[in-house]
Amino acid sequence: MAKSCPKHAHALKQKKNEALAVVVHSIPYLHFMGISFDRRGDDLTAIIRYHDSLIGNPSLPALHGGAIAAFLESSALIELSWRALLKKIEASPLVPHDIKPGTQVEMPKTIDFTVDYLRTGLPRDAYARASVRRSGRRYASVFVEAWQDKRSRIFAQATGHFLVPSTELDEET
Amino acid sequence: MNLDRTAKAFQFMEAIPHAKLLGIWFEAIGKGTAEMHMKYDRRFIGDPITGVIHGGAVFALLDTCCGAAVISHPEQKGLTATIDLRVDYMRSANPGDTIRAQATCYNVTHSVSFVRAVALDNDNDRPVATAAGAFVSGNL
Repeated sequence: MAKSCPKHAHALKQKKNEALAVVVHSIPYLHFMGISFDRRGDDLTAIIRYHDSLIGNPSLPALHGGAIAAFLESSALIELSWRALLKKIEASPLVPHDIKPGTQVEMPKTIDFTVDYLRTGLPRDAYARASVRRSGRRYASVFVEAWQDKRSRIFAQATGHFLVPSTELDEET
Repeated sequence: MNLDRTAKAFQFMEAIPHAKLLGIWFEAIGKGTAEMHMKYDRRFIGDPITGVIHGGAVFALLDTCCGAAVISHPEQKGLTATIDLRVDYMRSANPGDTIRAQATCYNVTHSVSFVRAVALDNDNDRPVATAAGAFVSGNL
């Protein structure tokens, strides 16, 4: 039915982009760090724009481990909250969704986060992709990989556990 | 406390652009121990509903403090780099409170230094987060 209609598909795409923008823009720290997100279908890539204040060791120079961790954790958090929103949007595509600018989205809470620093973070943009490996009633387990010039040369990876808001506790994925 | 070591530590902080960005400052430095503080800043908010700062800012404070503890260890020569760091977030930090990190480098081997740390807000009895990690020993 309406699902194959191009007009409807366009409206749905717009709704998804708006929902993502609402989540990302509501978090001051993402703006502060220069972190943004690129959506291709259901695939999200986190991007951190290089700026000099991300440096931890100026003599190399190398990105600060804390900045890298913050980037990876942000990628995991947005992946989780985005997945939850996407599920809501797709469950009721014809109903106007309540996500609009100014809407505050309940964020998952980090339980723990472990970062492996595989290579030096170079002074340039970095990208990250998070994948939800388990999403259950109590917590979600997320794996994140970050790279710079080459997708195959991962410079940092992380595993984290997150408490997800109660509205997301519906089912296993 | 060794004055030379203290001066070095302060120089080291000044030289870290990301620590400067977050307004992190040295409170104390010993032989293999460090304490650093970070003021609450609305730009660090990670949860707009509660005003709680982003875990990433706490992670960055803990990572910096752990690195300083490694450098301050008498057996450590030169700078260091994080191999891995795990942070456990016990509870949300109170919005408005300064976060205090205390790190101890409790073992230094030829190639690896082991560190643990705790992050506190105004409630001393209930840590906000703890950290444990491995850092590179010796000159980078």
